[in-house]
Amino acid sequence: MKKFLTNKSTFSNYMTYAGVVIAFIILTIMGEAGGLSSTMKGQLVPVCAYVVMALSLNLTVGVMGELSLGHAGFMSVGAFSGAVVASALQQAIPSDGIRLVIAMVVGAILAGLVGIVIGVPVLRLRGDYLAIVTLAFGEIIKSIVTNLYIGIDAKGLHFSFLNPLEGLEAGGRMIMNGPMGIPGNTKISTFTAGFILIIITLMIIFNLVNSRSGRAIMALRDNRIAAESVGINATKYKMMGFVTSAALAGAAGTLFGMSQNAIIASKFDFNTSILVLVFVVLGGLGRMWGSIIAAAALTILPELLREFSEYRMLIYAIVLILVMLITNNPGLKNLFGKLIPRRKGAAENE
Amino acid sequence: MSNTNKLKTKMVPVPSHSIVPERDVDKSPILECRHLGIDFGGLHAVQDLNLAIGRTEIAGLIGPNGAGKTTVFNLLTKVYQPTRGTILLDGMDTSGKTTVQINKMGIARTFQNIRLFDNLSVEDNVKIGLHNQNTYSMATGVLRLPKYWRTEKKNHERALELLSIFDMQDMADMKAGSLPYGAQRRLEIVRALATNPKLLLLDEPAAGMNPSETAELMENIVKIRDTFQIAVLLIEHDMNLVMNICEGICVLNFGQVIAKGTPDDIQANPAVIEAYLGKKKEG
Repeated sequence: MKKFLTNKSTFSNYMTYAGVVIAFIILTIMGEAGGLSSTMKGQLVPVCAYVVMALSLNLTVGVMGELSLGHAGFMSVGAFSGAVVASALQQAIPSDGIRLVIAMVVGAILAGLVGIVIGVPVLRLRGDYLAIVTLAFGEIIKSIVTNLYIGIDAKGLHFSFLNPLEGLEAGGRMIMNGPMGIPGNTKISTFTAGFILIIITLMIIFNLVNSRSGRAIMALRDNRIAAESVGINATKYKMMGFVTSAALAGAAGTLFGMSQNAIIASKFDFNTSILVLVFVVLGGLGRMWGSIIAAAALTILPELLREFSEYRMLIYAIVLILVMLITNNPGLKNLFGKLIPRRKGAAENE
Repeated sequence: MSNTNKLKTKMVPVPSHSIVPERDVDKSPILECRHLGIDFGGLHAVQDLNLAIGRTEIAGLIGPNGAGKTTVFNLLTKVYQPTRGTILLDGMDTSGKTTVQINKMGIARTFQNIRLFDNLSVEDNVKIGLHNQNTYSMATGVLRLPKYWRTEKKNHERALELLSIFDMQDMADMKAGSLPYGAQRRLEIVRALATNPKLLLLDEPAAGMNPSETAELMENIVKIRDTFQIAVLLIEHDMNLVMNICEGICVLNFGQVIAKGTPDDIQANPAVIEAYLGKKKEG
């Protein structure tokens, strides 16, 4: 046990859990006491969703060392499949909580399956092919979802491409309406659900990274030739990392989707993928707590800057540049280096 | 190096036009290459290589720069697939196998330009070597089932045990990339040993080491062979190391074997002297 307290990576993992729990408690109390504005309250669930997105992308980019430019695509898969499932089960399961959990699981599984479909051909190759393919994937998913119509009636779910459904039985209704997405969505995501999803995501990532499989994934990142020479199957472990990352993004997508009144495909476009990538890079590759802070801060920032109206994005960009300059400032780095005892080894979560 | 006892091993011929130590003759050789060759376009990088290595032999592969020594290693570990010929590992044909499968079959190697997992700790580097030794599934790892804790404990102990061969157990928590050069070379050997090989390939293990480090390395290579009872094939330019610890030596030049034999044979071989020093001008 003593080993765990001296082990810096384990220590930083526990600090991350503690930070998330403390933030959750403070925000919940503030929410109850009325210390949060209604816009801020509305941002709580999306913040959780983006935090999970950033964490899951950090698994691909930071831990696995592969670039993914279509992470919003997995979010989209999760959001729409989750919303369809939740809507379809509305009568069968009255409890919002259980419906949300089922929707998330379905969203995660579907996004994971899509991850397998992408990963099987791409992860066999060496080089930056994943970035190219995921970039295309994000756009493909957007087109598919824009043209997909799903309706439900007594016979079950009906799917159609390109033309609105006809011939739904009496009492049937449309769930997904092509370019309009899912217009009448019931919001069932809660801040507590978001908090639990963040904790589960952190547990999956930290436990994976500190296990045999995670070491294999990081070995492939650091030196593929050496990793293969000690008997690590590159495709298998890259798939493992990528599919886990995709499934987590799917769950985050469901969480996000179920916090919106209407879900439309254009919400999950290339800009969103890049936004999540910005969270990861700004927070530090492979550094999970960095991703959490960056995702939370940069999701709230545009809301806080609303009063600057059209200068909003300008200020946002300036903040990004300042953060990059400051975090790379050698003087400040030295200062932090003195404050925080130097970590020995165990770089996986730094 | 005078402090290392020069090994005198009697060498006997085996069928594949090669020789193995007498103590290994009743067992089949661990590695046998027959007419091995590879072409890169029109270049015959390795041609007609016949080689047998005994179960517990320390063998050397030497030759001038560009002779094709590392290419032989890459052929043995299937980084390249040979154009011609067969490689038998422990009597089994290795054609069509991948690098990963070759490692599982029993060949581990180090690299001429060190290839460590720089961002991971020394201990993790060794644990990655243990990847296929102590296994558990991804789910066991993520859910931290009892098997995870048992296996990780075993891995930790084994990693420190292996590191102690080179007295590196105190460096276990350091980042591999921050180790001094010599320690990085030693860590590569430990990582290779962790995969429980039958044949260890060392690509210039003494490169960049000072004479006292080299002397220590020589003792350690012999110690590794004795403790693990494995065969070692090494590429090295340090002739002192090669002549002192290698029992059988194969000399390559321009992709072809120009001489094979014991250190004494090699030192007296005119073709070897010519390859290294050039031909005396006639007249």
